[in-house]
Amino acid sequence: MSHILLRHRDIPNLKDLKVYKANGGFEAFKKVVTGMQPADVVNEVKASGLRGRGGAGFPTGVKWSFLPNTLWPHFVVANADESEPGTFKDREILENNPYQFLEGLMIAAYAVGAREAYVYLRGEFEQISRQLDTCIAALEKDKLLGERLFGKDYSLRLYTHLGAGAYICGEETALLESLEGKLGQPRLRPPFPAVAGLFNKPTVINNVETLTNLPPILEKGAAWYKTLGTEKSPGVKIFSLSGCVKKPGNYELPLGATFRELIYTHGGGLAEGRSIKGIMAAGASSNIIPADERALDTPMDYESVQQNLGAPLGSASVIILDDSVNMAWLVAKTTHFFKHESCGKCTPCREGTFWMAHITERMMHGKASPEDIDLLKNVALQMQGKCLCALGEFSTMAVVSGIQQFRADFEATVRGGGTAQ
Amino acid sequence: MNTILNDFADDVKAILAKYPEDQKRSAVMPLIHLAQGRDGYVKKQAMIEIAEIAGVSVTDVASVVGFYTLYHENEGGRYHVQVCTDLPCALRGADEFLAKLCENIGVRVGETTPDGAVTIEEVTCLAGCHHAPMFQVQGEGEIRYHEDQSVESALEVVAELRRKAARKEAA
Repeated sequence: MSHILLRHRDIPNLKDLKVYKANGGFEAFKKVVTGMQPADVVNEVKASGLRGRGGAGFPTGVKWSFLPNTLWPHFVVANADESEPGTFKDREILENNPYQFLEGLMIAAYAVGAREAYVYLRGEFEQISRQLDTCIAALEKDKLLGERLFGKDYSLRLYTHLGAGAYICGEETALLESLEGKLGQPRLRPPFPAVAGLFNKPTVINNVETLTNLPPILEKGAAWYKTLGTEKSPGVKIFSLSGCVKKPGNYELPLGATFRELIYTHGGGLAEGRSIKGIMAAGASSNIIPADERALDTPMDYESVQQNLGAPLGSASVIILDDSVNMAWLVAKTTHFFKHESCGKCTPCREGTFWMAHITERMMHGKASPEDIDLLKNVALQMQGKCLCALGEFSTMAVVSGIQQFRADFEATVRGGGTAQ
Repeated sequence: MNTILNDFADDVKAILAKYPEDQKRSAVMPLIHLAQGRDGYVKKQAMIEIAEIAGVSVTDVASVVGFYTLYHENEGGRYHVQVCTDLPCALRGADEFLAKLCENIGVRVGETTPDGAVTIEEVTCLAGCHHAPMFQVQGEGEIRYHEDQSVESALEVVAELRRKAARKEAA
C-alpha cells in the first residue's frame, strides 16, 4: 500500500514544490478556500474521526469547534516540538514531506478563520526551520500564501518559531508561553487555549502528524478516511519503533495493526538469541508492558491498548525491551529524563521527579536498601493526580508499572549493586 | 550602541515582523539565538540589548537564557558536541559510546578540549532514536546532526571540528 503521510517514500523529491504540486499538492487547500465554508471543513474533519497524533488522541474537528466566533483574531499553532524519547515521526515529515504538513496547517487555519499561523519547532530542528522558511517563501511567491488567496477574501501568513531545548514545550500551554518569549511553563486551565491561547486569543494547537493528515482527508473525503484504521481510531498512524529491534524506524500503518506485526513483520524482530521482555508504547511517558502473547496480539489503536493493557497509545513511540534489560536501570533512565525536563513550576513534579531520580541513582550505584523499592513507588504514587500537567503524571508510569511487573529486577539491583543491562 | 541592532538590522526587522506589534516579547528567543550565533554564548551585554529591543527587563531575558538548555550562559568550546544518552539511544549502546569517546579525547562529560574547540555534553532525546548512537554539533548559529555513529567516526568529526576551530582562530 502506498503511503498517505510518508509519501516521500513513494515519490522522489516530494519536498520540491513543483513535484508536490504535480502530485496533487495544494488541490485540497484550493478546494476548501474556493468551494467550502470554514464550518464545512470543520464538519468534514469531525466526520473523518481524525484524532490528535501528538499523544492525547483528542478528536481534531471537535477541538477546532471550541473556538468562539465572538472573539477574534484566531491563531493556529503547529506543534513541532517533538521531544518524547522514542519519537521521531514528525521529524521525518518535516524533513521530507514539508509541503503536505504546511498544506494541512493552511487548511486548519482556514477552518478556524485564522489569518496567521505559527510553527513552533524544537530548537534542535534548526536546519528544518531554515528549510520551512524556504518553503514558506516559495509558497508566498506562488501566491498560495499571502493576501486574497485564489481571489477570495481570505489571507494567510505562516511563521516559524524556534525553541531552545525544553521537552516541556511540547505541552501546549507551555508551548504558547515559549512562543510569547517566556519560560516554557504550563498555564493553569481554564481558560483553555481555545478561548485564551496565543497572545490571549482563541488558539488551536495541532501536532505535525495530525495536520499532515488533512490534505488527503479534504481531497478524498471523510468516508474514504474512515475505511482505514478502526471504527473509533480511524486512519493511519506513524509508529516510531526503537530500542531492541533489528530495524528501528518509522512505519506508517493503519491504526489497529498489532504490536506483533510492527515488531516482527516490519521491525525485523529482535537480535539473534534475544527474547522480548517489555514494550513501552508511548515513549518514556509509558507504562512498561510485559510483552506476553496477549500484549503482542493487541491492536495498536487508542481504545485497545488502553483496554487490554491499561496503557495509553500516546504518540505511538514504541520502545522494545529485550531480556537483557534491567528494568531498574530503565527507570533510572526515565526518571533522570523527567527530572531534567521538569519545568519546576509545580511542587509535586519538581520535587517528585528529583526524588525518584535520586533513589534510582542510589540503586544503580549499589547504595540502596530493599526499602528503597517501596519508597520509590510511594513517591511516584504520591505525585499522581497532583501535577499541573501531564509531564509529572507520566513520569510516574514507568516507575509504578516497572516495580509492579518486574519487581525482581529491582530486588536484584538493590541486592547486587547496579548492572546497566 | 546596540550591537545586535547594528550587526543584524535586517534580521531583527524580520524577526519583529513575525509577531503582532504589541507582542514584541515573542522576539526574545529568536534574538537570543542570533546573539549566541555571533558570540558563542549569551553575553550580559547581549541580554541588555535584547531586553531593549523586545521591551522587557534584562531579568526577563536572563531567565529565558537560564531555562532553555540550548542557550549557554558561559563561554564553552566553539562547538558543543551533544551526545544523546536517553533511553532509546542507551538501548543501542549510547552510554558506552559516550564513555569511549570521552576517554579517547581525554575529557570528561561537560569539559572542553584544551584548545577551546569542543565541549562534550550529554543531552536528552534528539528525535534520532533509530540512528543511535548519535549526536548533534551546536556552534556558530547552527545545529547539525551526526547519526549512525561509531566511536571512530565520531572521533573524526571531533578532529575536524578542532581543525576548523584552529583555522578560525588563526584567521
